[in-house]
Amino acid sequence: MLELRSITAGYARNAPVVRDVSLSVAPGESVGLLGPSGCGKSTLARVAALLHRPDSGTLLLDGEPVRHWRHRAPRARRTAIGVVFQQARLSADPRLPLTDLIAEPLRATGRGGEVPARVAELAPAVGLTPDLLTRRPHEVSDGQLQRACLARALVLRPRLLVCDEMTAMLDASTAAALVAAVEDYRAATGAALLAVGHDRTLLERWCDRTVHWDGLA
Amino acid sequence: MTCDAPAPAGAPAEPEWRSHGPRRRSTRALRVRTAAVLVAATVLAVLLVPPLVQLDQQAVDLAAKLQPPSWSHPFGTDDVGRDLLLRCVYGLRVSLLVGVAAALTATVVGTAVGAAAGALGGWADRALMRVVDTFSSVPHLLLGIFIVAMSRPGVWPVVISVALTHWLSTARIVRAEVLSLRSRPYVDAAVSGGASRWRVAVRHLLPAVLPQAALAAVLMVPHAMWHESALSFLGLGLPTHTASLGTLIQSARGSLLAGQWWPTLFPGLFLIVPTLALAGLAGAWRERINPRHRSELML
Repeated sequence: MLELRSITAGYARNAPVVRDVSLSVAPGESVGLLGPSGCGKSTLARVAALLHRPDSGTLLLDGEPVRHWRHRAPRARRTAIGVVFQQARLSADPRLPLTDLIAEPLRATGRGGEVPARVAELAPAVGLTPDLLTRRPHEVSDGQLQRACLARALVLRPRLLVCDEMTAMLDASTAAALVAAVEDYRAATGAALLAVGHDRTLLERWCDRTVHWDGLA
Repeated sequence: MTCDAPAPAGAPAEPEWRSHGPRRRSTRALRVRTAAVLVAATVLAVLLVPPLVQLDQQAVDLAAKLQPPSWSHPFGTDDVGRDLLLRCVYGLRVSLLVGVAAALTATVVGTAVGAAAGALGGWADRALMRVVDTFSSVPHLLLGIFIVAMSRPGVWPVVISVALTHWLSTARIVRAEVLSLRSRPYVDAAVSGGASRWRVAVRHLLPAVLPQAALAAVLMVPHAMWHESALSFLGLGLPTHTASLGTLIQSARGSLLAGQWWPTLFPGLFLIVPTLALAGLAGAWRERINPRHRSELML
C-alpha cells in the first residue's frame, strides 16, 4: 500500500528533520510508529500523506512512485489517504460549522450531492450528536472537534488513514472512542492505518505491528 | 533579580497593560461616539440635502459676492455670490464619492494581488511583489499626478489615480496574512481532502483576511479624500466648475489674501472634520479586532 524508502525530509536546507528513514504499510495492515517528541514523526506523517515533499528518497503508493506532492499530486492519490492531525483546534477552519467541516472534502471534489447522506452516516459513527453539527469549532470541546476531524478524514473513504498523534490531547475515554471509530471503519473497508504517537501502551494494543523510530533509520 | 514592593495581599493586581482607568476609557468611548455622530451626519447630509433642498448650488448672485457668514448665508458666499454652505455640501458629496470609490478599488486590487502572491508563492509571489516594490519606489503623489495628467479632468481619472497608488499597502498586508494562514494545519487538511489551490484560496484563505481588508478600505477613505483635494487644489483633479472640497479651497485662495477667510475656512473644515471622524472610527474598529496594535491615523 505505502512504502517509504530512505526518506530524508526537513524544513530548512542542510538541516533535515527526518534522515534516511524507511517504513512500509501493507494493504489492510495497521502500523504504529513510536517515537519521542520532536524526533520527526509528524514530518514523516506529512510526507506519507503527500503534504510535504521529501528532500530525497522514494515514496511508493500501491507500488507506483510518487513524484508530486500537495496540490500537484493527482487528486485521486491525495484523497486515497485520510489524515487526522494532533491539534484539532488548528486543523479545523474556525469559520465552518462541523457539518461543513466534515462535508468539505466532498464539496472540494465535486460530490456535494452526497453530503447529507454521508454526514448522517458518519456523525453517529464518530459519536457526534445532531445538535453539535450546527456549531462552529469554538463552540465545541477539543474531543468533539477531533471527532469531527476524524469524520472529515473518513468522508472520502480513504484506503490509508494517517493518524498523527490523534489522541494525544484527549482524555482516555474520548481516545478509546476515536480508536474504536477508526477500527470500525477499518473492519468495514479494509483500510490500512499508520498511527503515529508516543504512547506505547495505546499503539501496541491498537496496531498489528509497532515500530520504534530508532529502528527505522 | 530585584523584587518590587509586593502587592497588598487580597487585592487582585490588574495587569498594567489593562488598567487604563475609568476616565481614559470613558473619554475614548466619547471620542468614538462623537466620531460616529459626525460620520453619520456627513453621510446623511450628502445623501439627503441635494435631493431634498431644491436650491441650485451653481446659482450666481453677483450682487451678493463675498458676503461674510450671515443668517441667509451661514457660511457666507464666494466670489461670484454662490452660497458656500450649499457648495460645501455638494463638494463633500463629490469628495466622499471619490474617496469611497478609490478606497474600494484599491482594496479589491490590493486584496487580489496580495492573496494571489501569498497563495501561489514561488516565482508568482516574487514577481508580484517586485511590481509592488516598483510602484512603491515612486512617490505616490507624483505617480498620481502623472496618471491624472494623462487624461481629461473628471471624477474617474482621480478615482483611478488614487486607487492605482494605494493598493500597495493592502497587497502587502493581505499577502503577509495569507502566508501565515497557508501553513496552518487546516490548509493541509483541505489539500489532503482534494481541494484545489483555487478552492483553498476562496474557501479558507480569503474569508480569513476579509476583516483586515475591509478595515484597510475604511482607513483608506479619508486618505483618498485628502488625495482628491490635493489633486484638485493643484488644478489637476476635477474641473474647476465641479464643486469638490479641493476645487473650493483652490478657487478661494485669492480672496484669502484680501482678508476674506470664510471661502477657505469652511471647505477646509468640511475636509478635516469628517475625515478625522472617519479615521477615528476606523482606528477604534482596528483596536477592537486587533488590540495589540495601537491605532494611528493614516493621513
